[in-house]
Amino acid sequence: MTDNPTIGTAPQGNGAGSDTARVEQAALEAGSTRRSGLPGILRSSAGRNLGLVVALVLLCLAGVITAGDRFATVDNMLTILRLASVVGVVSIGMTFVITGGGIDLSVGAILALSSVWCTTLATQRLAEDTHWMVIVTTALLVGAGCGLVNGLLIAYGGVVPFIATLAMLASARGLAEIISNRRTQILTATGLRDFFNDEVVGVPVIVIVFFLVSAAGWVLLNRTTFGRRTIAVGGNPEAARLAGIHVKRHTVLLYVLVGLCCGIAAVMLVARTTTGSSTHGTLLELDAIAAVVIGGTLLTGGRGTVVGSVLGVLIFTTLSNVFTLNNLSISAQSVVKGLIIVVAVLLQQRLASRKNT
Amino acid sequence: MAEATEHATQSGALLRMSGIVKEFPGALALAGVDLDVRAGEVHCLLGQNGAGKSTLIKVLSGVHQPDDGTIVWDGERTTLSSPAQALRRGMATIYQELDLVPELTVAENIFLGHELSTGGFSQRRETTRRTTDLMIRLGHPEIRPGRLVGGLSPAAQQVVSMARALSHDIRLLVLDEPSAVLDQEEVRNLFRVIRGLTAQGVAVVYISHRLEEIREIGDRLTVLKDGRTVATGLAVESTPTAELIRLMTGRSIEYVFPPRTGRPLGEPMLQVEDLALPGVFGDVSFTVRAGEILGLAGLVGAGRSEIIETVYGGRRAGSGTVRVAGRRLRRGSVTAAVNAGVGLCPEERKSQGLLLDEAVYRNITMASMDRFARAGFLDMAEERRRADELAEQLDVRPRRTTQAARTLSGGNQQKVLLARWLLRECRVLLLDEPTRGVDVGARTEIYALIRALADSGVAVVVVSSEVEEVLGLADRVLVVREGEVVHEAPAEELDESKVLDLVMEGRVA
Repeated sequence: MTDNPTIGTAPQGNGAGSDTARVEQAALEAGSTRRSGLPGILRSSAGRNLGLVVALVLLCLAGVITAGDRFATVDNMLTILRLASVVGVVSIGMTFVITGGGIDLSVGAILALSSVWCTTLATQRLAEDTHWMVIVTTALLVGAGCGLVNGLLIAYGGVVPFIATLAMLASARGLAEIISNRRTQILTATGLRDFFNDEVVGVPVIVIVFFLVSAAGWVLLNRTTFGRRTIAVGGNPEAARLAGIHVKRHTVLLYVLVGLCCGIAAVMLVARTTTGSSTHGTLLELDAIAAVVIGGTLLTGGRGTVVGSVLGVLIFTTLSNVFTLNNLSISAQSVVKGLIIVVAVLLQQRLASRKNT
Repeated sequence: MAEATEHATQSGALLRMSGIVKEFPGALALAGVDLDVRAGEVHCLLGQNGAGKSTLIKVLSGVHQPDDGTIVWDGERTTLSSPAQALRRGMATIYQELDLVPELTVAENIFLGHELSTGGFSQRRETTRRTTDLMIRLGHPEIRPGRLVGGLSPAAQQVVSMARALSHDIRLLVLDEPSAVLDQEEVRNLFRVIRGLTAQGVAVVYISHRLEEIREIGDRLTVLKDGRTVATGLAVESTPTAELIRLMTGRSIEYVFPPRTGRPLGEPMLQVEDLALPGVFGDVSFTVRAGEILGLAGLVGAGRSEIIETVYGGRRAGSGTVRVAGRRLRRGSVTAAVNAGVGLCPEERKSQGLLLDEAVYRNITMASMDRFARAGFLDMAEERRRADELAEQLDVRPRRTTQAARTLSGGNQQKVLLARWLLRECRVLLLDEPTRGVDVGARTEIYALIRALADSGVAVVVVSSEVEEVLGLADRVLVVREGEVVHEAPAEELDESKVLDLVMEGRVA
């Protein structure tokens, strides 16, 4: 009935209306010229990523200068990428949760639980009888299951994300310890190990998985209704609700998604280390959140960037690599990491506040 | 006491404001307001919603700084650059929305910001004693100093706010609709407290929509309209109600409302039966036909917004049914309403309607994303094209739909929300204060849009605190007062003073 209603052209606000519009337009234009220059570039998402790329290049330069022969080798680059892959996959999931206005502190613990569950004797025996995909499936299901619990508690139980996932952090790792009896479980399925440690045209499969997850994450965030809803739910949950979006259901899905990413990361880590352990992924949540935040995803939700998160992960991993090559302590790394986070967030806030005035 | 009586009889103005102008981006909130308040009097401030009362008291309490005009306090010209400064001069304001900290106790709230302490340690006993004294003075000894404010009734919380004001050495107290949360007994107690204050020489500025209260407590009154003072210093006793209503409604700006096309109305599209939300409104029934605009008139807090939010499923109704095109909606589900073809443009555009940092076109397509998606993948070119089309149709400016919704003016933001539901091809459109914060020119456009929507067969419900808007725009009007529909009539049979009577007194005078 109201199929494509044609609205009569609204009367041109002769006088006040159009004048105001013109004045506003002029003011906006004036604003945009005033805001041009470097900070203006940094404000656009492409520009922010450019800033991160510059930071990454500078880090690489530092690596080349201080440890040239050891840093600038194909092997070392692949090592960096391999190390970045596990945190990277988790960061993609974290990007979604944070963009959707939440946080997940339990990613490291979920990864540990998945790694342990998929390497129990029972699982491995089943895998031996059938296929190593059983191990992968188990890890993914455990990860998604933990995410589901988080999501239900947060969306329908009304528990704030910080607390719900803090509880999951404690209990998932505890459960992992119980299952593994605090012993490191050895992966016997050589198929899985060989598959992930194989290389395709010189690139480790594990790195390819990271790349695929990132690409899928980018498409999901920028090209699908799911991504658009994530931004809406994180940016203004009330507006999202009143526009007919299932905010609660979507919130659950976001935590399932990050849980799934933890499952994938668990498989990658199990394959790389050939072990499942309740100590896997300790403090992974901090690395993931730090990478997402310096990548430019707004911690308050409503804006997220997958590319930024990937760059964030690469920056931190490269930093570690350069420090290690120069025989600098882990402690010194941590100090610099902290500084980078602070500088990145301060920069973001200054840009954001300028945008709002 | 002798000194107090002297204060009370003194007739010189304690506060004299003249030519106060306050401009906000896109809106002139105060266009020249004069107000003089004497010590020991109750001075009532009257005016319709949007007349500038709230802005005026925010100037008075130091929240807003006026762009022009003078404030003379106790014979000296002064500026009020912050709430703290206003408080130091002896002016306290009690807002409609109480500004208490629910997690702190009564005593802690009262002495918040001026805690009694020696060397950094709070003097708990002295604080408790003074709080008890204040509560006795206010006639509420049962409110214990140690109670948490969050656990008190709204009325008791208001008493705590008053006590906080009185804990300072005040000479002027501004009360913004203090009776809104009170029952009759509590209102009487409030009046007793006010008389006690005026007897001590304190001046009270009292804002209320209820004429009977103004008659009971007021000494003199000032009427505001469209940001200007239309009458000041009138004696309450000798001013007839008809005169007050004439002062409040006489217009200086005429809005152009689109003509009613007089087309025959279609089928009943929205049927609301005995809808109730306990404690907020009860047993509301109405029907809106395709092509019809129904107006809900009433004061802020009368339950209008709550009624349409409940129809929309944003609040879960206690009882009653909502039908759209004959099909009953699931209670308390916005998604069910949206899927049935209902759209809502909420009262608070920025906090409830828009993603301010997202592009305009994304705000437009927010409720109809599925339309541009195959298996969840968005066809962004098509999305942009349709959104741009609508933006052009509705004359959203600036035309570039990739810029953030935040940068648009109020009127254009409203158009974005209208475009959102237009794109969704909704059958029932609920509009809450569609022209709040919208400048005069854009209003005319929005009125025309709403009428055009109705003419295309949409059933429209408009909530507005501006009586003129409801009467000019709607075909039929429901008057809501304190959660009840008190009157229903075709808009043509009503006029502004009649509706104001109904809104304020519940009957036609």
